[in-house]
Amino acid sequence: MIELTVNGQTRTVDVPADTPLLWVLREELGLNGTKFGCGIAQCGACTVHVNGEPVRSCVTPVGEVDKKPILTIEGLATGGNLHPLQQAWIDEGVPQCGYCQSGQIMSALGLLKRVPKPTDEDIDAVLSANICRCGTYCRIRKAVHRAADNMTPEASPPKKPAEGAPAMKVGK
Amino acid sequence: MTTHSLNRRDFLRTALTASGALVFEIALPGCGAGFKSFGMVKRADGGADFVPNAFIKIGTDDKVSFVLDRVEMGQGTMTSSAQLVAEELEIAPADLGVELAGASAAYNNTALQMQLTGGSTSVVSSFTSLRTAAAIAREMLRTAASRTWGVALSECKAENGAIIHVPTGKSLRYGALAKTAASIEVDTPKLKERKDWKYIGKPVTRRDARMKVDGSAIYGMDVVLPNMRTAVIIRAPGVGAKLQGFKAQEALKDPGVEAVFEIPNAVAVVAKSYWRARKAAEKVVVTWSASDPGVDSVLLAAAYRERVSRDASVIHAIGNDDDAVKNAQKTIEAVYELPYLAHTTMEPQNATAWVHDGKCDVWAPTQSPSLAAEAVRKVTGISMDDISVKQTLLGGGFGRRIQQDYVEEAAQVAMRVKYPVKVVWSREDDMKNDGYRPMATSAMRGTVDKKGAISSWSHRIATQSIVAQSGPFLAAFAPHATPIVAKMQMGALGGGLAGLAARGGITDPTSIEGAAEIPYDIPAFKIELAPIEPLVTVGSWRSVGVSHTIFVVESFIDELAHAAGLDPFEARRKLMKKGSPELRVLELAADKAGWSTPARAGLFRGIAVAKAFNSYCAQVAEISVDPVRGLKVERVVAAIDCGTVVNPDIVKMQIESSIGYGLSAAMRQEITFKKGVVEQSNFHDFPPLRMHEMPVVEVHIVDSKEPPTGVGEPGLPPIAPAVANAIFAATGKRIRRLPFSVSAKELLR
Repeated sequence: MIELTVNGQTRTVDVPADTPLLWVLREELGLNGTKFGCGIAQCGACTVHVNGEPVRSCVTPVGEVDKKPILTIEGLATGGNLHPLQQAWIDEGVPQCGYCQSGQIMSALGLLKRVPKPTDEDIDAVLSANICRCGTYCRIRKAVHRAADNMTPEASPPKKPAEGAPAMKVGK
Repeated sequence: MTTHSLNRRDFLRTALTASGALVFEIALPGCGAGFKSFGMVKRADGGADFVPNAFIKIGTDDKVSFVLDRVEMGQGTMTSSAQLVAEELEIAPADLGVELAGASAAYNNTALQMQLTGGSTSVVSSFTSLRTAAAIAREMLRTAASRTWGVALSECKAENGAIIHVPTGKSLRYGALAKTAASIEVDTPKLKERKDWKYIGKPVTRRDARMKVDGSAIYGMDVVLPNMRTAVIIRAPGVGAKLQGFKAQEALKDPGVEAVFEIPNAVAVVAKSYWRARKAAEKVVVTWSASDPGVDSVLLAAAYRERVSRDASVIHAIGNDDDAVKNAQKTIEAVYELPYLAHTTMEPQNATAWVHDGKCDVWAPTQSPSLAAEAVRKVTGISMDDISVKQTLLGGGFGRRIQQDYVEEAAQVAMRVKYPVKVVWSREDDMKNDGYRPMATSAMRGTVDKKGAISSWSHRIATQSIVAQSGPFLAAFAPHATPIVAKMQMGALGGGLAGLAARGGITDPTSIEGAAEIPYDIPAFKIELAPIEPLVTVGSWRSVGVSHTIFVVESFIDELAHAAGLDPFEARRKLMKKGSPELRVLELAADKAGWSTPARAGLFRGIAVAKAFNSYCAQVAEISVDPVRGLKVERVVAAIDCGTVVNPDIVKMQIESSIGYGLSAAMRQEITFKKGVVEQSNFHDFPPLRMHEMPVVEVHIVDSKEPPTGVGEPGLPPIAPAVANAIFAATGKRIRRLPFSVSAKELLR
């Protein structure tokens, strides 16, 4: 049994220790916001945080993250309030197909933790590791700047409340 | 543009649900309009069934929602459609609930009608019908209010989800009026005038944005059903390889593995989870016959080049280009080569199927629920009435999901098991088993006469027909393409005619679109087509035929301009019809890019223009070429004329997206075959553009009152030639083969 602490909750899973964290999150814990894109750490769609550091969950054996705190896209908002990065993504009109964006946001979170006020070059250096086939790169860059501005203590909090459709349901 | 005179009975029906909600059932004309007429579908007994594919629901609880069965693959349909409804219904778009049909239990139509999202048609086909349906709803609510109050209809105004009695200011919410409104008959109302639009033409926030930033969006990959298993498929390693046999003993020993069995020319490994299935699949020993050694990129390139060195079927000719050559001051000849391309949607292909009680339920990220249902019927023999396709979000489409191979596989596996099963492709599966953008080789000949005018244009294309493989799909899909299509009445192009297309009997419009009609008035013009049919599976790739023809046309016109000693922009302008939309976007892009003034030191410009999906797009690319850093596209200035704009921000997104997608392909993507086997496997060897390489994109939209035209694809064709033309401006080297990576080595020498 492997004990995982995901988004503040402790969960135990019975899987081989070499199973990638990605598939444990998706298939054992039902956290489908983290995406499968390439399986070889090329695209970043599977990015989550382990011990506060972004990792590619598709190549991270679950045995290596036993008891370490894990943060996924589902755990980013607090009490229904979107994280400034998520809000900036909406405000800058970033998502198109949206499939890569969980990973983009989690990578950006890693950047802002290290560099609270990144330059374009800082952003490019980190987020060039994440692929988007819809070509949303310029908007991602803007959204990271916007989030950085909104995250600094002296700046005002996000101006408008979250907008958009409620969570989807799939018909049975 | 699909046009229909809207008769209310043909496309709208109202109903009251048990809970008192007023439901407007709408049949939208779609890509399938030529396939089966929309709205009413004839039954075998001679009667007709009404087949809605969109719903506006007004609940007594005052919840107003809109259900759409067009697919959302990133192109913004959920949002732009909601804007159309909100406009005439007089409700703020944010107050309008939007659902995908597949996500709604109320939606249970089994695809009697061709439904397909592709060809940049979503706004085009629903622009009038959605607004009309919403306007009828509004009028029914107004009438209901006037009768409730006993006041004149003219005193009742719809505003923000309520009817207001203007003289007194009293109001009733839509929910309170739903029941009364349900029984009211109104005439088809006049639509609002453009000057009164509140939401159409505004950059309304995307309805799918929130769910895509908090992890709650459900793509096909995220479908979870009780008792569901996951299957991994072991497919033929190369073109033409046939399954000889397999040994699964070792794989079956793995914990969690449920079954390993044969499906047509493949082996399915079913397990409790994807990872278990994937690991077990590695232990299955499969024997295949040899792949076709003739499907080899080196051999194919030579064969295509040889084929364009000879005469081919003349599709269209005016004037005499041989005479032009005799009288020419300069004759330019060039061969252009474009590779096969994979789509590589971010979400690899997948589908979930459950065969139970003689029925089949499918959950799939497909561009066409109808074709998915047809695929299931073909595989299972289950009647269409018992097949239900539920739509999920698509993690990218780009044409890949017009094909239904993943749905067929899911149905094949589901037939053999008692539980729901999700077939999940790896990235490698996805890249090696695509319906690729066809490879194409073009031989060009053009002349400059003794007065210095461009006097002839000859274009001979060797390529593979998409229609030949997917005739029935394309029959409904292609009417956007060229006038030739209209003449051919593509609606009739079924299996038999598709076979004819494969043998060169008729012209596949997607092979020549963009090249058959060029925007330049040149006295002698000839277009020839030589269909070549290797056994490679091909399909529609974002912008389809113009993805290869426009690169050739817009590069070669540049070659001729330079041969004539003319500025590339001026040369184009001179040859274009005055007042044409092509000229308008060309001039707009050139003006906004500052074409008439020199580029900043170290920057070089190229220009290109295209007509695609009835829209017009011109782009000026500014590049830098650095001996260390290589080629960088710094900025692209785009001008688009797509008729009336519903959401300008979504138009901008789509142009940015098309440029990113097109530039990825132009700079370094190609699918190559070696002895029948695809040589690429994942993003490391089919590398898409990354953030540091993405140019700044400026989009300028022509203010137009014409009906809306395509947006999802027209931004793609100009980018490759615009950049290639800029490379010529920078280095004097002409790029005649894509991707650039192959030729860029020389470039930087």
